[in-house]
Amino acid sequence: MEKVNFEESIQKLENIAIELEKGELSLEESLTKFEEGMKLSKQCNEIIENAEKKITVLLEKDGKLEEQNFELEE
Amino acid sequence: MFVKGEISNFKHHYTGHMYFTLKDEKSLIKCVMFKGYTSNLTFVPKDGMKVMILGTVSVFERDGVYQIYAKAMQEDGIGDLHAEYEKLKAKLEAEGLFDTSHKKKIPFMPKCIGVLTSNTGAVIRDIINVSTRRNPNVYIKLLPVPVQGQGAAEKIAKAIEIMNEKELADVIIIARGGGSLEDLWPFNEEIVARAIYNSKLPVISAVGHETDFTIADFASDLRAPTPSAAAELAVPQINEVQEKISSYEYRFKNALIKKIEFMKLRYQKCMGSKAFRDPMQKVNEQYMIIDNVIKKLEFIISNKVKDEKTKMIKIISKLDALSPLKTLTRGYAITEYEGRIIKSVEELKEGDKIKLTFKDGSKKAQVI
Repeated sequence: MEKVNFEESIQKLENIAIELEKGELSLEESLTKFEEGMKLSKQCNEIIENAEKKITVLLEKDGKLEEQNFELEE
Repeated sequence: MFVKGEISNFKHHYTGHMYFTLKDEKSLIKCVMFKGYTSNLTFVPKDGMKVMILGTVSVFERDGVYQIYAKAMQEDGIGDLHAEYEKLKAKLEAEGLFDTSHKKKIPFMPKCIGVLTSNTGAVIRDIINVSTRRNPNVYIKLLPVPVQGQGAAEKIAKAIEIMNEKELADVIIIARGGGSLEDLWPFNEEIVARAIYNSKLPVISAVGHETDFTIADFASDLRAPTPSAAAELAVPQINEVQEKISSYEYRFKNALIKKIEFMKLRYQKCMGSKAFRDPMQKVNEQYMIIDNVIKKLEFIISNKVKDEKTKMIKIISKLDALSPLKTLTRGYAITEYEGRIIKSVEELKEGDKIKLTFKDGSKKAQVI
């Protein structure tokens, strides 16, 4: 997946909302912006939805760091 | 009474008593701590150690010297640590290690959160609990480090470098639970402050309790009062983020609907306008104007033609009056010799063949 900067995307969403709400764009431009915004919000949602819970610990093994699942000791 | 000084000539006698001399730059005094009190010591006294003693002064009659009979003894490093803390803080501050302009922004939604702390205890548990509560699908990478004692500072600094080298996370949390000033000391060491300052990844520090301010806290990009707070600062409340995104979608849709309605209104207004209700009117108006112009043109042209005609008649009659033909009808003739019109007798001699033109034709003749 292409690397999307989440924070930038949120900022873009905000900008698009403001631009659309101003109503100064032509209908065609508005539609383009609308599509862009919906695509972006979908991407953001996908990032959230596709995230997996991972709690790992980096342990040194033979001079290399190895990532292993981390379990809390109760 | 309390006495502060440095231990020298320390002897732990086989009887269990401790004998030593307490000294500072200007003076010294012998001390003894009897076996009964030594069991309360939290450390092993050594030469060169700075200590604070609670005890009484009395004369040891056999030697005729005053000495301190110590009842309790504590390491007196604390005062020094404070001084060292202030000194280092001032030094690093002057160097710009705490500059706000150098501080990096904590990413709004880091994909991976690197945590440097002990792999046991409440700190990592709190961080994991708070993080997963805010975002159930959080990615936390723990890089275990000792958080107190000898060598901890070096290991913490190294861990920061490792995280940076391989960009193992988007943000680093350096955390430790509460403790005494000595316990927190690794986080007051220069090597840690510099590692934090040099880190390209943003660093959140959460060391000790809310009231503890370590050098690491000043050097970090963001100080969290507690490890739990650090997790809150690093992990966004995911349902809030989702709500925010859907609020944007709502705003887009709304704005577009408004735009379309606005366009519709404009369209209706246009269609309702005179131009669309009676589109031929404008054309007809133009036709009328054209007709008028044509009429005017026709009038001007016919006038002009009339004028020219009268002018021509006048000129023709003038021409007619001046015409040589007219003269010929009155009985004159035109004499030509070799194509030239002869105007004087001098131009002719005897025998010249000439041409005489009358009103109704010409004849050849010869001068005699």
